[in-house]
Amino acid sequence: MKGALIINIAKALLLARWRQTLVAAIGVMFSITMFITLLGFMTGLNDMLDGLIVNRTPHVRLFRDVKANEQQAIRLFSNDEYHFIQSIRPGMSSQVVDNAPAIIRSLEKDKRVLGVSPKVTAQVFYNVGTIDLTGVINGINVEAEEKLFHFDEYVPMGRALDLKTVPNSIILGKAAAEKMQVEIGENIQVTTSLGERYTLKVVGYFQSGIQDIDKVQSYCSIATTQKLIGKPASYITDINVKLYDILLAPALAKEYHSVYETDAEDIQSANAQFETGSDVRSIISYAVGITLLIVAGFGIYNILNMMIYEKMDSIAILKATGFSGTDVKNIFRTIALSIGLFGGSFGLLFGFLVSKFVDNIPFITPALPTIKTFPVNYNPKYYFIGITFSLITTYLAGLFPSRKASKIDPVIIIRGK
Amino acid sequence: MSKRILEAQSISKSFHDPVTIPILKNLTFSIDQGEFVSVTGKSGCGKSTLLYILSTMDTDYEGDLFIDGVSMKNKSEKELARVRNEKIGFVFQFHYLLNEFSVLENVMLPGIKLGRYSRMETEDRAMQKLKILGIHEQALKRPNQLSGGQKQRVAIARALINDPLIVMGDEPTGNLDKKNSEVVFDIFKELTESFNQTLLVVTHDNEFAARTHRIIEMEDGQIISA
Repeated sequence: MKGALIINIAKALLLARWRQTLVAAIGVMFSITMFITLLGFMTGLNDMLDGLIVNRTPHVRLFRDVKANEQQAIRLFSNDEYHFIQSIRPGMSSQVVDNAPAIIRSLEKDKRVLGVSPKVTAQVFYNVGTIDLTGVINGINVEAEEKLFHFDEYVPMGRALDLKTVPNSIILGKAAAEKMQVEIGENIQVTTSLGERYTLKVVGYFQSGIQDIDKVQSYCSIATTQKLIGKPASYITDINVKLYDILLAPALAKEYHSVYETDAEDIQSANAQFETGSDVRSIISYAVGITLLIVAGFGIYNILNMMIYEKMDSIAILKATGFSGTDVKNIFRTIALSIGLFGGSFGLLFGFLVSKFVDNIPFITPALPTIKTFPVNYNPKYYFIGITFSLITTYLAGLFPSRKASKIDPVIIIRGK
Repeated sequence: MSKRILEAQSISKSFHDPVTIPILKNLTFSIDQGEFVSVTGKSGCGKSTLLYILSTMDTDYEGDLFIDGVSMKNKSEKELARVRNEKIGFVFQFHYLLNEFSVLENVMLPGIKLGRYSRMETEDRAMQKLKILGIHEQALKRPNQLSGGQKQRVAIARALINDPLIVMGDEPTGNLDKKNSEVVFDIFKELTESFNQTLLVVTHDNEFAARTHRIIEMEDGQIISA
């Protein structure tokens, strides 16, 4: 009942000055619109740029690093003394993951794992006439790569699945293919690190959007790659694991390291710089959005102050007839908050519409084959933050004027007449 | 003996800026139920200051004030607002109606604030008060559509909405012409006679004061005759 009365009075005061109210609400609306659009666009861009790396990168990578044996032989003989061992060199360890087929089987049973994709890496030279270009051939399981790492999205020409069906086929990096001037369907020659020459048929181009990678990387099936370097079917250099929850990656990397006795690297430590970039962009968007809101907040502050000066008499009589200072304060707080609520709500709506508009602006770049329009993120989180910020700012803007209104002494106003 | 509504016990007040000037000096008096009291005196004698102290709006004074037998000293701002809402009705020289609300709503506001009756009942009661004052036909108009006399009558209706123990007036006829002053006086007269309403009116209009039950005459912050 009392709340309704306060709201009623607030509404009457608001409507009595509806033009000012509208201007204040439009200020809030504009800043929330910009906030939503900016954050949606920025995070859309972030997600896309991260996606370039994150989608292509395993959450946990199991491999065997070239490094010195952690357990030097002398320590096995006697561990009580302190040993001075100098000039330690990597031992005879190969780069192959031991017992890979068994590890893959065990990982596929793990409930936290979305999928597993084994990989064989081979260093080769692409032979172009008399020139040899260095290159890396990745032997992959095409189906697993498509499912887990969207491999097909990065094959703009040709069919990724041909790797599996066409014998001795290769998907060549776009930049490398341009250098070598080969078309799809033609053959190329590669020299392996063992010195042998192979002829491979180009079935497609691979384009990651990162030029340096496209110059070097090519893809074959696992079996073809193993044949190139003359290794058996159990020879796997990397096991790429994709998890359901990317945040578990560091913990699982540690676990796999001890369980499978291989090196394990998680995505967070492998790509720390991308996180930093995303964070900085987010901070900038928040800073701009909040600045706009603060400016709108000052607008509301001014309008409420003006309203209080204009309505001095009304406040005085309300107090004389039994409204307490708190009641008066609540009336002005309600005014401020409703400006925030209405402005904020319309801001969300317009923010959504402008985001939609941005989402439809064509954005075609050869570096990003899968992107056709500007990327926009519609995460409800930003809408929630937007409305929360608008309410907080308007509340703060209303705080001082409403306190001032509550302190008005009716005697001074009434006797002053 | 009828009920004691208001009692002032040695109330004093001084202004301290820039030097201490006493405004009210040790005032003691009381008002009983159904009395129509007027406070008169020359301009600056402290009669309005006294009224605002009695109305609980001014809390900066020495001495004690009892309304309905309860001391007003040491009450919080919120409690005093409640007392004003429930027990005191005001009529000022200026009407102080809110132009954002209709006449009826203006009268209802203190009633809804008190919350003793439902909204429907409050509306009904507000209508009755307007009828007593003969302006119920203007109920749905805005205050700025009314004449000065009509506005003052609406203000009186607003003062009466919560059936206050006492209605206080600060020069209620000060802004009105002869005819309208007469109307307002007649209303006050009727309120005391028909409804046994207690009234305390500050005025410098001696003619007005002469027709009330009791005159408190003030000079230099002191009561010279009660």
